[in-house]
Amino acid sequence: MPVIRVEHVSKSFGTHEVLKDIDFSLEKSEVICIIGSSGSGKSTLLRCMNLLETPSSGSVYFEDEKIGGSQKKINELRARVGMVFQSFNLFSNMTVLENCMSGSMKVLKKSKAEARSTAIMNLKKVGMAPYINALPSQLSGGQKQRVAIARALSMNPEVLLFDEPTSALDPEIVGEVLAVIKQLAKDGLTMVIVTHEMAFARDVSTRTIFMDQGVIAESAAPEILFTNPENPRTKEFLSRFMAG
Amino acid sequence: MEKSLFDWIIILLKEYGPYFWAGTLVTLETSILGTVLGFIVGYSMGIIRSTPISPEDSAVKRAWSHFVRFLCSGYIKIFRGTPMMVQAMVLYYGLRQGGVNISPFVAAVVVILLNTGAYMAESVRGGISAIDNGQFEGAKAMGMSHFTTMFSVVLPQVFKNLIPEMGNQFITNLKMTSVLNVIGIAELYFVTKTAANTYYRYFEAFLITGVIYLILCEISGRLLSVLEKKMQGKKDYELAPEYFED
Repeated sequence: MPVIRVEHVSKSFGTHEVLKDIDFSLEKSEVICIIGSSGSGKSTLLRCMNLLETPSSGSVYFEDEKIGGSQKKINELRARVGMVFQSFNLFSNMTVLENCMSGSMKVLKKSKAEARSTAIMNLKKVGMAPYINALPSQLSGGQKQRVAIARALSMNPEVLLFDEPTSALDPEIVGEVLAVIKQLAKDGLTMVIVTHEMAFARDVSTRTIFMDQGVIAESAAPEILFTNPENPRTKEFLSRFMAG
Repeated sequence: MEKSLFDWIIILLKEYGPYFWAGTLVTLETSILGTVLGFIVGYSMGIIRSTPISPEDSAVKRAWSHFVRFLCSGYIKIFRGTPMMVQAMVLYYGLRQGGVNISPFVAAVVVILLNTGAYMAESVRGGISAIDNGQFEGAKAMGMSHFTTMFSVVLPQVFKNLIPEMGNQFITNLKMTSVLNVIGIAELYFVTKTAANTYYRYFEAFLITGVIYLILCEISGRLLSVLEKKMQGKKDYELAPEYFED
């Protein structure tokens, strides 16, 4: 049974069709990287998976259950699917620790003590535990993103979605965030990662998807997609990346 | 011998000192009570008006949401579009003629709170829309409901940003209570008029009152800047050495 299944999903912003009849499914323990040029619909597809974008048509299933119907149902889904954003989106009125406790306390209704120990455990995982008292504004980009990952992990998600997690970071600290994600992959967490880091995508993914103009142009194991792609568009895109 | 300005001031203070004091207290009570309650109304309006109407909701729920929004904007239009003095007259005498006798004090507080609520509703709406969309998305992606998002993430940030605006509102109310003398509440202005009438010394009496208003506003201003500094939070943070590896 796929964890997330996207069926005939299309999404338009005004007259511009960003996603065109997409079918996609994600199995447990898969790590899928979605690559493609800007505007190809990668982020929109990812955001449809937790209904941050409502598809114009088509359906999204979580463990074979169709999502939607009521806001409550959607919130329940989102509690089980974590998300890490390009711009971190940490709550600026809360400390690092409070950020990581907020979800388990306010959404999962865990006790303060339990929320705290989960938060600390995940902050340790990303190497940010010493910074529990800091406010997001006092951290560097890489630190913020690691906290954001710990915050998402503290909800104990079944799937974690990453929306260009390193695009807002300078080249030197991209590595520290990617290392954290690699470790999560090793731990067997199911993940979908939209990224422009080709080497990372090749190393970490169990399947790589290349998106082009709102459709999935190619979907294959990374060793095939990166070395011997079928689709000429994939070839073109990769050659530009590898050359650059 | 002709009495000087200071002589009159001393006479007025001697004879009407307790009245000035009592009037000051009434001014403070009505404006504090009206402002605080008004803030509650304003924030509630802000929350209600920022609640998304989702296409997933049932038709009844959507119709209800639209109706509530209509009521809110009607209320804001009416109270921002009419003078407070007129509202006080309409409310106080309207109720009296309808056989409901409320005290001028209650009427005054209600008028101030409804006014403050209407103005604050717009400020809060602005404050909410000034919060980065990422804050909402971060909360949404965790499965937080709209109300949880508002109370634990958005409003604390809005509140901090609106402290200067709330200070403005309070100081305005402090002074605007003077127009409520039309419904006979014995606030500072009302008391001053009475004192002035006794000796026909309007200049001296209102000079005293002017100074009192000035002092009240100055004190409020200072208290607010203390609050603002407190809300800014600390610049530094302490590392938790117990969590360092090795």
